[in-house]
Amino acid sequence: MSTTTTRVEPTSEVAEDAPRALRAATGRSDRIFRGVSRGGGIAVLAIMSLIGVFLTYRALLALREAGWSFVTTESWEPDAGEFGIAAVLVGTILIALVAISLAVPLAIGTALYISEYAPARIKPTLISMVDLMAAVPSVVYGLWGAFFLQWNVLGLSRWISTWFGWIPFLSVEGTDPRDPLATETVYTASTFIAGIVVAMMVTPIACSVMREVFSQAPAGEREGAYALGATKWGMIRSVVLPYGKGGMIGGTMLGLGRALGETIGVYMVISPIFVIQPRILESGASSVSSLIALRFGEASDFHLSALMAAGLALFLMTLVVNFAASSIIARSRSGAVSDA
Amino acid sequence: MTALDTRPSGLVTDTPAPGGTTLPPPVPPGSPEEPRRGLTTLRAGDLFALLGSAAAALALTYVLFVQLLPLDGTLGFVVVAYLLFLGVYALLVSLDEDGPAIRDKVAAVAVHGLALLMGIGLVFVVSFTILRGLEALPYPNFYTADMRDAGPLQGLDAGGMLHGLIGTLIMISIALAITIPLGVVCAVFLSELPGRLSRLVRTICEAMTALPSIVAGLFIYATWIIALGFDQSGFAAGLAITVMMLPIVIRAADVVLRLVPGTLKEASYAVGASQWRTVWHVTLPTARSGLTTSVILGTARGIGETSPVLLTAGFTAAVNLDPFHEPMVSMPLLVFDLVRYPQPDMVARGFGTAAALMLLVLLLFGVGRALGGRGPGQLSRRQQHRRVLASRHDAERFRRYEAARPAAVSQEGHDR
Repeated sequence: MSTTTTRVEPTSEVAEDAPRALRAATGRSDRIFRGVSRGGGIAVLAIMSLIGVFLTYRALLALREAGWSFVTTESWEPDAGEFGIAAVLVGTILIALVAISLAVPLAIGTALYISEYAPARIKPTLISMVDLMAAVPSVVYGLWGAFFLQWNVLGLSRWISTWFGWIPFLSVEGTDPRDPLATETVYTASTFIAGIVVAMMVTPIACSVMREVFSQAPAGEREGAYALGATKWGMIRSVVLPYGKGGMIGGTMLGLGRALGETIGVYMVISPIFVIQPRILESGASSVSSLIALRFGEASDFHLSALMAAGLALFLMTLVVNFAASSIIARSRSGAVSDA
Repeated sequence: MTALDTRPSGLVTDTPAPGGTTLPPPVPPGSPEEPRRGLTTLRAGDLFALLGSAAAALALTYVLFVQLLPLDGTLGFVVVAYLLFLGVYALLVSLDEDGPAIRDKVAAVAVHGLALLMGIGLVFVVSFTILRGLEALPYPNFYTADMRDAGPLQGLDAGGMLHGLIGTLIMISIALAITIPLGVVCAVFLSELPGRLSRLVRTICEAMTALPSIVAGLFIYATWIIALGFDQSGFAAGLAITVMMLPIVIRAADVVLRLVPGTLKEASYAVGASQWRTVWHVTLPTARSGLTTSVILGTARGIGETSPVLLTAGFTAAVNLDPFHEPMVSMPLLVFDLVRYPQPDMVARGFGTAAALMLLVLLLFGVGRALGGRGPGQLSRRQQHRRVLASRHDAERFRRYEAARPAAVSQEGHDR
C-alpha cells in the first residue's frame, strides 16, 4: 500500500456537488414494526378525536333547535323546548372555584412540606401516600361528603354566613342566622359542601405535580441562598417558589380540569336546581356532569341530544383548561438545565 | 452574636504558611477535654414556644366558644384554634427574634399545619369508609351472594356484593385487554418514531388525561349503543373505561420509555441490531417494571370510576357472567345505588362495598409500587443473581462450542 496522498483537483466540468439522499436499508421486520407502531399512534389519535366529533354530531339536533339560547337559558326542559346550560355551567364553575381555592393552599403547603421540611426517611412514604390518595375512587369521597361532611359542616356554614353575610355570595336567604331555632337544612347540599368534597379529590393531584417541580429546584441556587444568609423560608421564597411557579400554575389548572369534570362526588352531595344560584352556602347547586347523570335515564331522543350538547360544552371547557395547563408546565423553567 | 465571634482566637493560626496546611495548635496536656457540641437545630426554647402557643390557642378558643361568642361546631373550633395558634406563636417568637427569623418560624409552622390538615383529612376519609363498612364486611355471604333474593328490609345475613365484584373484574379485564397492547404500542411510537405526528399524538393524549369520565361514558353511549345499536352491557362499560384509561396509561408509559438510557439503545444499534430488535430486546425489558407500574396505576383509576359505567352498563341485582348481553354492575356503581336506600342495612352494604373496593385499589397500588420501585435497568438482588447465572451459562456454552468444533472447520474459518 502506498502512502502518497492523491488530491482530487477541482475541475470545472464536474457539476456542483449536490447533497445526496441518505437511505438507510431497513429490513422487513423494521418496516412492519414502524407500520404497527404508527398504526397504534393513529388509532389512539382517531379514538380521541372521535370523542369530539361524535359528541358534536349527536348534539347538533338540539343545538340547531336551541341556537344561542342554549348558552343563556337557565332551565332544563328539553321536551318543552326550553333548555340551556347557563345555570349548570355557572354551577360547575362555582363548585370548581370553591374546590380550587380550598385545594391550592393545601396542595402548596403539603408539597412544600414533602419537598422541603419532611425528614428524608419518611419522604418516599409520603409521596406514595399522596399518589395513593389520587387513586382513591371518587365514590368514596362522595360517601364521606354525603354521610359525614354534610352534617358536620353546618356549624361552619352558619358561622360564615352570620358574620360574613354582607359579602353577597356568602349570604343565605330563607333563614335568620340570629334565630336559634331556625332550621339548618338551608345549609345542606350547597355548592360549598360539594366544593369541599371536590377539593379533597383534586388536592392530591395538584400536590403531586407541585412537589415534583419543587424538588427539581436547583441545589446550587438553594445553597447560594443559604450562603447569602437566607433562612429556610427566605430560601423557599427566593428560590423554590419562583422556580416552581410554572408547576404551581400547571398543577392548579390540572386540578381545575378534574374539578370541572367530577361527577359522582358532586352528584351524591348536591340537590340539583336549574337557576343560577350564586349564594354558595345555600342549599341547591348544579353541575353539568351531575345533570347528565341525573337526567340520562329517562331521556327521549331529543333530550339525549341536549344532554350530549351539555357534555360537549363540558368537554370543550376541560380541554381548554388542560391545554393551558400542559403548555404552562412545559414552558416553565422546570427541567431546564442548570449548573447546580 | 454568632458562633464565629465566640470562637477562641487561639484555635486557628492567623497566618497560614503559603501552600501549607493550617493546623490547630497542639492541646497542652492536662487541659480539660473539649465538650462535644450538639449539632441539632432544635432548641428547647422553640419547643416551649410551640407548646405554649398551642396551649394558649386551645384555651383562648375554648373561652371564645363557650363564654364570649355565639359559635359552635367542631370544624369551626379547629379553624379558630389554628388561626389563634399562628398568631400567638408569632407573638411569642417575636419576643426574642427579629423579622426574618419570625417569618421563617411562622412559615414553617404554617406549612406543617397545612400538611397535617391534608394528612388528617385524607386518612379520615379512608378510615371513615372502612369503619362504616366494618358492619357488613364480617358476613361471609357478603362476598358470595348477589342481591337477587335480598330485599331492602332483609338483614345483613342475606345478599352481598358478588355481582359487583364479578362485574368490576370483567369490565377491567376487557379494558386492560385493549389498553395494554394499544397503550404500549402507542407509547413506543411516541418515543421511537419522533416527528410531527407523534408530537400531535402526545399533545392530544396529555390533554385527554383529564377527560371528564362522564364524557367518556357519553362517547361510548353515542357510538356503541346508539349508533351501532348494541345493548347496555359489560362490554360497553369496558370500552368506556378503556377510553378513560388509555391516555393515562400512554402518558405514564411514555415517561417511563423516555427514561431508558440512550447508551443502551446505541450499544444495541452498534452491534447491528435493527430497530425492532432493539425495542423488543433492549427498550421494553429495561422499562418493564416502569411499564407495569403505569398500567397498574391506570387500572387503579379505572376500577374506581362510576360515571362511565353508570351510562353504559345499566343496572342489575344478579350476577351476570356474559359481558355482551344483559346489564352488568360494577362495585362503584353498586355503592352509588345502595347508599341511596333509606334502610340502614342497605347503606351498610354500600359502605362495605366501598371499603372492599378501596382495599382492592390499595392492593393494586401496593403491587404497582412493589414492582415499580426502581428505575429502568436497576435490578433486584434475585434478578441480578439470575442475570449472573445466565451469563455464566452462556460462557460455558461458548466454551463447549469452541471445544467441540472440529479443527478443520475452525481452520477454514480462519482462512476466510
